[in-house]
Formats: sequence, structure tokens, C-alpha cells
Amino acid sequence: MLELIKQPWPWYTSGLAISFIMVILIFFGKSFGFSSNLRTMCSMLGAGKWVSFFNFDWKAQRWNLLFLIGSVIGGFISANWLQSDVPLNLSQATIQDLQKLNIQFDGNIVPSQLFNWDFLATGKGLLIFLGGGFLIGFGTRYAGGCTSGHAISGLSNLQIPSLIAVIGFFIGGLVMTHLIFPLLF
Amino acid sequence: MMKSVKYILAGTLFGIIMSKSEAISWYRIQEMFRFQSFHMFGIMGTAVITGVIAVWLMKKMKSRDVEGKPISFTDKEKSWRRYLFGGTIFGLGWALTGACPGPVFVLLGQGYLVMIVVIFGSLLGTFVYGLLKTRLPH
Repeated sequence: MLELIKQPWPWYTSGLAISFIMVILIFFGKSFGFSSNLRTMCSMLGAGKWVSFFNFDWKAQRWNLLFLIGSVIGGFISANWLQSDVPLNLSQATIQDLQKLNIQFDGNIVPSQLFNWDFLATGKGLLIFLGGGFLIGFGTRYAGGCTSGHAISGLSNLQIPSLIAVIGFFIGGLVMTHLIFPLLF
Repeated sequence: MMKSVKYILAGTLFGIIMSKSEAISWYRIQEMFRFQSFHMFGIMGTAVITGVIAVWLMKKMKSRDVEGKPISFTDKEKSWRRYLFGGTIFGLGWALTGACPGPVFVLLGQGYLVMIVVIFGSLLGTFVYGLLKTRLPH
């Protein structure tokens, strides 16, 4: 069983498992949406004193923060006990495209040449991680949800606004990948 | 106590699913935005199709949650600007960091401590949105 879980999962297993998470949260009387935790964390840190958007009963969102803590634990468990020895099965076309941008495919889950403190200490590294984080935080709250809240929960409930949001996700992602990456790397 | 534990367990399961599905992979996100593999589209497609069926069934059967309360689904407010503009801004960040909010925390758990900077940036972005909210087209 453990050996089976350790293998990289096929897409249909993963997709089914993600909608299972949405369903159990609905049965817990909650809804699947991760990015609202960022607003909750701002409120916890006292942002409600200055901005009314953060002045809400964040304690009602405690369950979602517990879910967030769980997700960190899940990452830790996966990295320590559920790793497969097989390198990531990335498409050859992507490997070649990234090579043109001087980003090497190293078989890990993320490129180790970028995800380290030395790269972060460069101006470009700081721009990518801090700036990227900023866009994620600003964009998800503006759109009222991220991949979980809109692409999974929203689309499952046939919400047109969520479809518009997902189209937006792709416009942004395509612009970044095809127009900005060649200038950045 | 059990009330709290079930959310932590659900989150843990989510972290494992995100890891094993490789949806937290910067490489996979690049592959997706270059349309060079079916992997991520397969994951999202399966999740949405089974999700639609699950939600439809729960509505049809008038399901109740674990506390016995009727399950209700709230519609998103009708508009397009906030979804298109906000979505596009998030998409830029998603491709740049290779992670959406969930995976940012899963990667932190995997030991990629640089994600702390992404988390700090995303809290800052959320705060600035809160500051500008009334002045943005929604």
C-alpha cells in the first residue's frame, strides 16, 4: 500500500482526490477555499485596526487555519516518507523551453537553482519570490478566491464568476510564461 | 478537540495529495502554461467533473452536514471585473512562483523555506488589496 502511494499519482487519481477534499469540507459544513486564510492571517496580525476589510470575526475561520497547518504537515510527510525515486516526468518540450531560459530540469519538484537563499538574495530572486507572492495575495483577494475556491469549488457549483476568474488565471499565467519570462530569465 | 483534529487531518491529506499529484511543482505549472502535457489539465478536469457530480448529488439528495444542518451553496456575487482583473493578477503570480496559495504552504512543509518570503509577499498583497478595495473596479 505504502509503495503504491509513493509512486507519482496518475492525473485521474489526483483529480478525484482533490474533489474528495472539497466534498469532506462541505460535509464538515465548510467550503474549500485556501486563499481566504491570507485575509484571516492579516486580521490576526491586527490589520483590522487600520483597514476595515480585515475587521471581521476571524476566529470563525479558525478551522481553515487548522486546514492550512495540516497542509504544511502533509508536505512534510510527503517529502520525508512518501518520496518516489523516480524523477518528475516532465515533457521534453518543457525541458527544452526552460533550457533556453537557462533554467535546468533537475528532476526535483521545483528547480533547486531558483528555490534557495542564494538566488533569493539576488535582486531578481527577491523580485520573483516577494513580487510573485504579492501578486498571489492581491490577485486572489481581488478575485475572491484562488484555484481551490474558484477552479474547484466554484466550477463544481457551475458559477459563471468562477469561470471568468479561471480565464483570468490563464490570461495572467500565459502572459507571465510567454511574454515576461523571456525578459526575466 | 476532535472538532479541530478533523480539519488538521483534512489539511494533511490535502498536502499529501498536492505533493503526490505534483500540482505543487513549479515545472508542472510551466508545462501547463505551455500546453505541453495533459497532466495538470487532467487533474483539474477530473476534479471539476467529479466535483460537479458531487455537488449536484448533494443538492438533489438535500444532504446534511456532520452536525445535521442542511448543506447550502452560496452563489458568487454577479460581476465580471473583479474576477477577470483579480484572476489575471493572481495568474501572473501563479506562473511566476509556480505555486498557488495552497501549494505555497505545502512546499514550505516539504522543506523549501524560501516560501516564507512568498508567504510574506502574499500577506502584503492581501493587505494592500484591503487598503485599495474601495478604489478598485469590482
